[in-house]
Amino acid sequence: MQYTRPTSVNDAVSLLAEAKGTAVVLAGGSDLLVRMKGGFVEPDLIVDIKSIDGIGEIRQTADGFAIGAAVPCAVMGEDEALKNAWPGVVEAANLIGSKQVQGRCTVTGNLCNASPAADSVPALVAAGARAAIAGPGGNRTVPVEEIPTAPGKTSLAKGEIIEAILLDKRAPRSGDAYLRFIPRTEMDIAVVSAGVNLTLDEQGVVTAARVALGAAAPTVLLVAQAAEALIGTAADEDALEKLAAACSAACKPIDDKRGTVEFRKKVAGVLARRAAMIAYKRAGGK
Amino acid sequence: MGFDQSYSARKFKSVGTRPLRPDGVDKVTGRARYGADFNMPGQLVGRVLRSPHAHARIRGIDTSKAEALKGVKAVITAADLPDHTEGDSELYNILDNCMARSKAFYDGHAVAAVAAVDAATARKALKLIEVDYEVLPHVTDVDEAMKPGAPQLHESSNMANRSEYGHGDVDAGFNQAEVIVERTYKTEQTHQGYIEPHACVASVNGDGTGDLWVCTQGHFVYRQVCASLLGMDVSKLRVTSSEIGGGFGGKTHVWAEPVALALSRKAGRPVKLVMTRDEVFRASGPTSATSIDVKIGATREGKITAASATLRYTCGPYVGMWAELGAMTAFAPYDLENVKTVGFEVLVNRPKVAAYRAPSAPMAAFAVESAVDELARKIGMDPVEFRIANVASEGTKSSYGPVYGPIGIGPTLEAVRDHPHMKAPLGENQGRGMACGFWFNFGGQTCTDLNIGADGTVTIAVGTVDVGGSRASLSLVAAEELGIPYEQVKAVVADTSTLGYNDMTDGSRGTFSSSMATISAARNAITVMRERAAQMWDIPVGDVVWEEGHAKAKGEKHGNLPPLSVKEIAEKAGNTGGPIAGHSEIVADGAGVSFATHICDIEVDPQTGATRVVRYTVVQDAGKAVHPTYVEGQYQGGAAQGIGWALNEEYIYGKDGRLQNPGFLDYRIPVCSDLPMIDTQILEIPNPNHPYGIRGVGETSIVPPLAAIANAVSNAVGVRMTHIPMSPPRILASLEAEKGA
Repeated sequence: MQYTRPTSVNDAVSLLAEAKGTAVVLAGGSDLLVRMKGGFVEPDLIVDIKSIDGIGEIRQTADGFAIGAAVPCAVMGEDEALKNAWPGVVEAANLIGSKQVQGRCTVTGNLCNASPAADSVPALVAAGARAAIAGPGGNRTVPVEEIPTAPGKTSLAKGEIIEAILLDKRAPRSGDAYLRFIPRTEMDIAVVSAGVNLTLDEQGVVTAARVALGAAAPTVLLVAQAAEALIGTAADEDALEKLAAACSAACKPIDDKRGTVEFRKKVAGVLARRAAMIAYKRAGGK
Repeated sequence: MGFDQSYSARKFKSVGTRPLRPDGVDKVTGRARYGADFNMPGQLVGRVLRSPHAHARIRGIDTSKAEALKGVKAVITAADLPDHTEGDSELYNILDNCMARSKAFYDGHAVAAVAAVDAATARKALKLIEVDYEVLPHVTDVDEAMKPGAPQLHESSNMANRSEYGHGDVDAGFNQAEVIVERTYKTEQTHQGYIEPHACVASVNGDGTGDLWVCTQGHFVYRQVCASLLGMDVSKLRVTSSEIGGGFGGKTHVWAEPVALALSRKAGRPVKLVMTRDEVFRASGPTSATSIDVKIGATREGKITAASATLRYTCGPYVGMWAELGAMTAFAPYDLENVKTVGFEVLVNRPKVAAYRAPSAPMAAFAVESAVDELARKIGMDPVEFRIANVASEGTKSSYGPVYGPIGIGPTLEAVRDHPHMKAPLGENQGRGMACGFWFNFGGQTCTDLNIGADGTVTIAVGTVDVGGSRASLSLVAAEELGIPYEQVKAVVADTSTLGYNDMTDGSRGTFSSSMATISAARNAITVMRERAAQMWDIPVGDVVWEEGHAKAKGEKHGNLPPLSVKEIAEKAGNTGGPIAGHSEIVADGAGVSFATHICDIEVDPQTGATRVVRYTVVQDAGKAVHPTYVEGQYQGGAAQGIGWALNEEYIYGKDGRLQNPGFLDYRIPVCSDLPMIDTQILEIPNPNHPYGIRGVGETSIVPPLAAIANAVSNAVGVRMTHIPMSPPRILASLEAEKGA
């Protein structure tokens, strides 16, 4: 097993592109090290990206935010500007694992681990986040929902890494929120989850909305019908009822050790509704 | 010899205070040595190959490729653990569980093991072992296993034993009843959840002697069992116990230790074997899954006329007495004219069931206390008053046979009735529940040495492993009896070669039995010190008394002799007959039974089934609380484990019979933020059979929570919950079913 610590994105990309056998990217390691310890993966090459210049920083640009691939979730929680603009994304990132894990784990890693239950992903999808990808064939930017393709699988080609997650500059009167269901209070994995992001007009009517569900299908679901139920309303009782029903109907969950199909369907609606109410308030709605 | 263990009231000086524990500094600075902290020069790494099948015949095992791998020093199978059990079926079952002989009975059953120079080589070697399995049909559910035609584990029926307890005529009693509650309850299998995995270092020498360093609740018992399984002489195996990161009954059984010894014997080098968390869940420890029918009848005035229960408990692949313990404890809190309980031990393709804190009692109490609560409600009586109207007291013939001496169940119920918690207002979606619990407690064989140093300080060497602060408690007891300060006493847990046999720390016996032996040893040392003082003074020993840590000459004729302290007597020991010590070897009979009553408030989110423990109170009889802080710790710890069991913990098996959640992520014990501060109230109803009135306190606290929480949840949602754990999907499904009905 070889461990390397490149200092540039180009070096990381060529190491990964030229690697033989199993090559993996290490940022916080909160998924990788657990998988290695459990014997689920025995990599031939580990590319630690934490020494790449700027990859551990959150940059605020004219277009919004670029969250470097090695930024620990706890650092996101300490960035006031990011928190003010995207509170739903930050609260999702700060639900992962424990305090100690949050000091290591990253939202890029969470995305690339491609777990249907990943906490930050529904919030990122609802937020319309994009992934800035570097690879041997050049750079590209894609919506985050296009990264995971199935549990444990991504659309990234050999040699490609995500450099940063991009979040847009906030439109006025916008808010987002993320809620997950776990049987405990912390240190757990979502049984089902919901992220909601919306923008209001001056009258408090929803003009744009995105609703995403986690742990409800093999990949995160972006539920268009749920968003449509909100748009044009003031998130009133009727709209929330429709939103919840749309979410329950959109779920394609499984029965497993964490929950049943019936439970996930019902609770997906309950959480989406509660998240929508929080997002609506955060956007300044009354 | 001649030790009087009966209780006499006294004014305590040390007992009942709360000094710091002697093992505390080492534990908080990381210096304490746990099972995996022992190392030997040249030691190898041991690892175990485990069956991936729930039930399979082992047609053959080819270890040749593993043996040929560079760095592998020994590979063993059942053939390397020949049967020395001589018809002792209990011992044979332990042997078969440590290393499967002809069949693998559960996912995780050990089938082979290796010792190699490092972990990577050992892991590689395991992959090279080829096991030829014939996969057989399996059964993991308790009720399924009892059905005709269910896959059978052994030649005989899965229903491996039946036990029955009770007295009176239950049919006649039910005929007299005006109100009857009858229900079936289920509980899922849980694990003790100790944080420290099983770990040991074994070293067997060519001359047949050996050493074992191990995390255990009973090193003398481990020595006995390991020596028997390995065919070694008991006294040639020395077992040293480490500090223990939780046991709760799970470390009263051997698992990997005989395997480590067999590996060491074959390799000729020390072998360290540490289980992974996955192995701990799949192969060690769990308690029974159960299915229990309860029927209780009462008059409209609230007098129980008859009570019966049929209890089905899983044992794993080998018969145990788990249902029997459930049958014995089920109705213990009550004074019943007509009572009958029947227990069935059920074999299933799950790991061998081990003791878990008051083993089997929590599930029986869940079923009975749920039915008692429902019956009280049906009659229209307050559940506490209903219990008080039927409570057992001194002289009651218990449901499992013996007649009670002085007991604490009535006082705990009265304390609960008068507790402010019972009158506190409840919020929206909140419910309150209460329930009672019982545990026998145990005494057993105990041996203690008390040695007095030349400076008058005292060492006590005890043979009961310190699981819950017993070194502090026993030091307090020695200080009390000798009349010296706590700081002058140091307690150590001695290894098996330096002290006589001790039963293990189970049955809440550690402090009860070792304190009795410590008092006896101290009294023997006092006798010696009086003799030495008599010599120093040159007066008859009959004229020397022991008071406040000093020898005093009594009577006017010796009136001018100043008292001699322990230090002054010890300093002269070389001239008066040699070292001063007190020894004690006893069977600590008379462990007083233990009762508790718990109250809890639970909030339920009706839309998701999520629960929150809002408030929790434990009231329990301690006999005499030696170190009240650690007694409270036992009360809180048992309640915390019970809360986990009641709400989320469960073994989840797939259709393939494999355990789906062998880790703390999906086997959900409560985290700190899941629990409120658990309030405690210690009652002290002295045990007449202990000089200080002490009763064991370690286990009873886990008995009431399942029922108390089930009653609280049922009260919060208005639907009777009959299946533990009450996980959110289960609560939500019950609510939806009720809506549909």
